[in-house]
Amino acid sequence: MSSMTMSPRIASWLQATPFTLIMTCLVMVPLAIILAVSFMDYGFAEIIPEFYLGNWTDLFRSSLTVDTYATVFRQLAMVWSITLVLGFTISYYLVFHVRSNMWRAIFLAACAIPFWTSGPIRMISWVPLLGREGLVNQALFGMGLIDQPISWLLYSEFSVILVYVNMLTMAMAGPIANSMAKISPSIIQAARDQGASEWQVIQEVIIPLIKPGIVVGTIFIITAVMGDGFLVRAMSGNQMNTPAVAIMNEINAFQFPPAAAKSVVLLVIVLGMVGLLLRFVDIRKELAR
Amino acid sequence: MSEQESKGLSRRSFMKGAAATAGAALGSGVITGFPTYWAQASKDITITHVGSIYTTNPTVAEQANKDLGFTIQMQTLDNTTLINRLLTQPETVDVADFGNTSMGYFKNKGILMAIPVSEYKYWDQTVPLFTQGTYADGKPYSMQGYAPIKSQYWADASAQEYSTAPTDWLVGIPVMYNADTLGVRPDLVPHKVESWGDFFNSDFAGKVALQDGVNVGVPDAAVALEAAGLMTYVDKGNMTREEIDKTIDLLIELKRAGHFRSFWTNFDQSVQLMASGEVILQSMFAPAATEVRTRGIACQYLPLKEGSRGWYIFQSAMAHLDSGDKLRRDCVMEYMNWCNSGFNGVYFSRQGFYSSVPDLMKAQMSENDYGYWYEGKPATADIIDPFGKVMEKAGAVRDGGSLWDRMGNVGIWNTLMDEDRYLVRRWQDFMAA
Repeated sequence: MSSMTMSPRIASWLQATPFTLIMTCLVMVPLAIILAVSFMDYGFAEIIPEFYLGNWTDLFRSSLTVDTYATVFRQLAMVWSITLVLGFTISYYLVFHVRSNMWRAIFLAACAIPFWTSGPIRMISWVPLLGREGLVNQALFGMGLIDQPISWLLYSEFSVILVYVNMLTMAMAGPIANSMAKISPSIIQAARDQGASEWQVIQEVIIPLIKPGIVVGTIFIITAVMGDGFLVRAMSGNQMNTPAVAIMNEINAFQFPPAAAKSVVLLVIVLGMVGLLLRFVDIRKELAR
Repeated sequence: MSEQESKGLSRRSFMKGAAATAGAALGSGVITGFPTYWAQASKDITITHVGSIYTTNPTVAEQANKDLGFTIQMQTLDNTTLINRLLTQPETVDVADFGNTSMGYFKNKGILMAIPVSEYKYWDQTVPLFTQGTYADGKPYSMQGYAPIKSQYWADASAQEYSTAPTDWLVGIPVMYNADTLGVRPDLVPHKVESWGDFFNSDFAGKVALQDGVNVGVPDAAVALEAAGLMTYVDKGNMTREEIDKTIDLLIELKRAGHFRSFWTNFDQSVQLMASGEVILQSMFAPAATEVRTRGIACQYLPLKEGSRGWYIFQSAMAHLDSGDKLRRDCVMEYMNWCNSGFNGVYFSRQGFYSSVPDLMKAQMSENDYGYWYEGKPATADIIDPFGKVMEKAGAVRDGGSLWDRMGNVGIWNTLMDEDRYLVRRWQDFMAA
């Protein structure tokens, strides 16, 4: 290459080409097709290529959209707040209280144990635990706390949130722990020397410094919950409809145009939420730190 | 082919392989003109057969490859993937299986072959459910839902529209069928279940489940609503918009009152719901009820007053075969004939499904197996499934009795309604409620 000369302008273009091609062919073009399909009519397992606004008018006029988004936002708020508290507590303990690197590694590995089995198996195994004749009900019954089984433990919003928290806490804890590990011990020492209590250190020093971690974790949670249809279906016993579930229902019925319209709306909303979060924290700058 | 000749065709002699039997066994004139080099030339042909977990499995594929002179490659797909593949890439498939809930997708698409009746050897031995649209005794069956005769024949060789009157072109070769009913936990129900109406009886509140979908779950709900006196329909299997609205509104009311425990999407979920006692009365498929019983848990699967919900699976060849290699098309026809000739039918009969040619099965199943599965006789020895598991002990009688006791009172068939688009939309409202 030494004998060849290339203008920096061309070099930059060449460097950007592979990624541009991938983004164009695998992201932009399929999205454009989805958008186009959302304006088409449909019959029995066929897309009728005629301009049709019905998919969009149904989306914006029906209570289904309001109902499904109300459900998913409610679930997102609960999952986000619970995983945030849990993720922060776990990371804080691991980073600031576990002194030995070996134990830290062991605890981190322990957090990953549930993920050694496959997702479907994990979802199925909740039934013998939470069901009417499950372990929890048997234990409560045995202790004399209930005289008939509690049925809301399973196939309810409770079980959906519980399993989301089980699956997603590490997605929140990971980025937070990563941010915490970057805090120099001398900063905390300085705060202590100034007489700050542990709570004050957390509030005044740690939380401001781990904001990027929280934002990254939040993005993980938002995309996971908004995009999930499988978990919510399995754990609610197919009794809850979210935007992703509604799309799945239509795809299973080979009704692609309304599913396309719903997908476009879901994508815009998720991108909007992520974009908004990125306005508050410059992740690139923080991660490069 | 005369009935006499085909009965004389034992499984063993048929299975000596296509190479040997092409000339001899098929010499009856149905598939004519195979030159002697046929077996040699077909050696390199690979047939792609896509189907469900019920119709594709390694044991049957292995036997087919042993018996036939060419290669069968089976692929198991879930129904959505399978139908999408047939609609978008039909040329990648030679043979496909699908049930009555999918039959509405193939009209005017031109992807399925019109199978000439003359090329299927066992048509004259096929149960009249398919050939005539009647029960064995000649009585007509319910036409609510996608009844077999509604999608059995193409109107003509162009394979665009179905005909309810017999023609010379088959949409598919019927492979298996059965009658579904509600599964019951007899040890947990407050009283004996004899009608679909019990599904909406308040005694069962919070302890029932429906299949999650508009092709099976909604027909089940409709039969139950009608039996409970909450609804009346002109045709439950093909509702009007008004009937759909009323049905969904009633179901929403019941859902809000906590009547449903769950909705299941697959076999395993339905087994688990029943085995764990989460539900005591639910939509169910026959093998799921059997699976619950093999775990030592009582599960009844009895015919109810209003009749059963019938279903069937067709095997079809793809239209591209007609315009392609003649030899390949011959192999496909040979394979589809093989599928109903013995091994495959015996294999799934021993799991509780019915073959469309029961007389052929009788000749090839043990007396005990055939007596238990088809004739409603008490088992004279343990009933063992094809995987070697004991399904029933000696002395057991099949729920509902013989083939025609079980299959002879279909109230509704699995369906795909004309108003599917509207129904799916309203089902979404129901799920969101």
